[in-house]
Amino acid sequence: MLDFDLAVVGGGPAGMAAALEARENGVEKIVVLERAETLGGILEQCIHTGFGLHYFGEELSGPEYAGRFMKLLEDTDITVKTDTMVLDIASDNTVTAVNKKDGLIKINAKAVVLAMGCRERPRGALSIAGSRCSGIMTAGTAQKYVNIDGYMPGHEVVILGSGDIGLIMARRMTLEGAKVKMVCELMPYSGGLTRNIVQCLDDFGIPLKLSCTVVATHGKDRLEGVTIAKVDEKLRPIPGTEEYVPCDTLMLSVGLIPENELSKNSGLELDRITNGPKVDEYRETEHKGVFACGNVLQVHDLVDYVTEESQIAGLGAAKYIKGEKISSECVSTQGVDGVRYIVPQRINCKTDSDVKLYFRVGAVFNNAKIIVECGGKEILSKKKKKLCPGEMEYVTLKQSVINELAANSVVTVRVEA
Amino acid sequence: MEKRELVCVACPLGCPITVTLDDNNNVTDVTGNTCKRGDAYARTECTSPTRMLTTTVKVEGGKKACVVPVKSSVPVPKGMMMECMEAINKSSIKAPVKIGDVVIKNILDTGADIIATNNAE
Repeated sequence: MLDFDLAVVGGGPAGMAAALEARENGVEKIVVLERAETLGGILEQCIHTGFGLHYFGEELSGPEYAGRFMKLLEDTDITVKTDTMVLDIASDNTVTAVNKKDGLIKINAKAVVLAMGCRERPRGALSIAGSRCSGIMTAGTAQKYVNIDGYMPGHEVVILGSGDIGLIMARRMTLEGAKVKMVCELMPYSGGLTRNIVQCLDDFGIPLKLSCTVVATHGKDRLEGVTIAKVDEKLRPIPGTEEYVPCDTLMLSVGLIPENELSKNSGLELDRITNGPKVDEYRETEHKGVFACGNVLQVHDLVDYVTEESQIAGLGAAKYIKGEKISSECVSTQGVDGVRYIVPQRINCKTDSDVKLYFRVGAVFNNAKIIVECGGKEILSKKKKKLCPGEMEYVTLKQSVINELAANSVVTVRVEA
Repeated sequence: MEKRELVCVACPLGCPITVTLDDNNNVTDVTGNTCKRGDAYARTECTSPTRMLTTTVKVEGGKKACVVPVKSSVPVPKGMMMECMEAINKSSIKAPVKIGDVVIKNILDTGADIIATNNAE
């Protein structure tokens, strides 16, 4: 049994930022457990720039952003175990992990930070007719092939889903000489950032087909083409609109799923919308001393926000370990009228800081107002020119306001169009 | 005279901008933007659009890595991206590579260096 103050599960941007923040706040024995060969997580294959605009005020590539945190970690005595798979987190916060060097290890930790990130929704989650021929893959898998392995997965590409990874891969494949025929999006709006649509699709004349999906794939050994069709307002394919598109590669960018198998096994209940654990303002889950941050908690658009959130969790874990974390009666948060979810799901009434409520809307709104209410009383409102499901929003509640709220009441956030 | 419709990429708002150009391709009017950055973006975008270029370059003699990611040190003219790609795909760099190593200096006289954005042993 190894003794640590803090065990961090996952060495991507979330895990690294949480570990560093905990160290800065006086936590001594910290271990970071990472499944891959290196730290950095998904950033290692995100070679495009645009990372760090908020946090560093610079436009960095993914590996550069990760590299800065890896360097900071190296300069500390934080223990890093790569190639290490965490198998279980017990109710007493004992972490069981395995790797080739140490074999099976048990870590007795005072606090645990969950930072496992997310994975892509696979083909199996969609009901597309067709055989299991090669040439169908998630956009992230293709990104690894091209950017890490230096291997082109195809020449004529159709992309299903306009999430950011799909858009980025449309540009990447085009630059490397492939023909990207189109990006099909089921919804009437794109799930990606506007700047990515402009720079990745418009720049190269790649059409974005909204309210359109792939209904069948063709080919036996290798993909030969796909059938696309328009969908109605209930997202059902419209008969008669089918069109055959020849291609040898279909990339899927149809959503990300927080990787919460460990959380579920340890008995944590997940939020139905975020698919992440339910947390308080310091990202402490419903299990004492277990914190969660980054894409395992909610899928973020920008790594800068992952870093910010993970620092909150790292600080929370430090406060918990030192016995300084406030644990009082709570108010719960709830998204209504156009607001799909809110993180954190609860706030300690006696909290010692201002709290940002992060949320996403369910549709596009122009010139809207975000209204925060509690017990039928408006406590905050904020005007927004534009709200889209693809971009996370937040409002900040002042500590003084929170401290006045009645225990067990509900804080709601809604959009007024 | 020509009118061009753009979507601003300076921030997540994505303002729709209309730019008016005279016959010599000079910008005479910018409307629809809601800030100064939008005005600046629209002007460069119509006169000399540029983009950051990111790709990978071959690594010779690497222990594991066969490619290393690179970026242009400054944005390159949008119309020259494919030419730059050709030049980068013809070149290679010897391991070990460190973040910031210059792979190609002043690529195709654009003023941009192509630099490594990751380490490779």
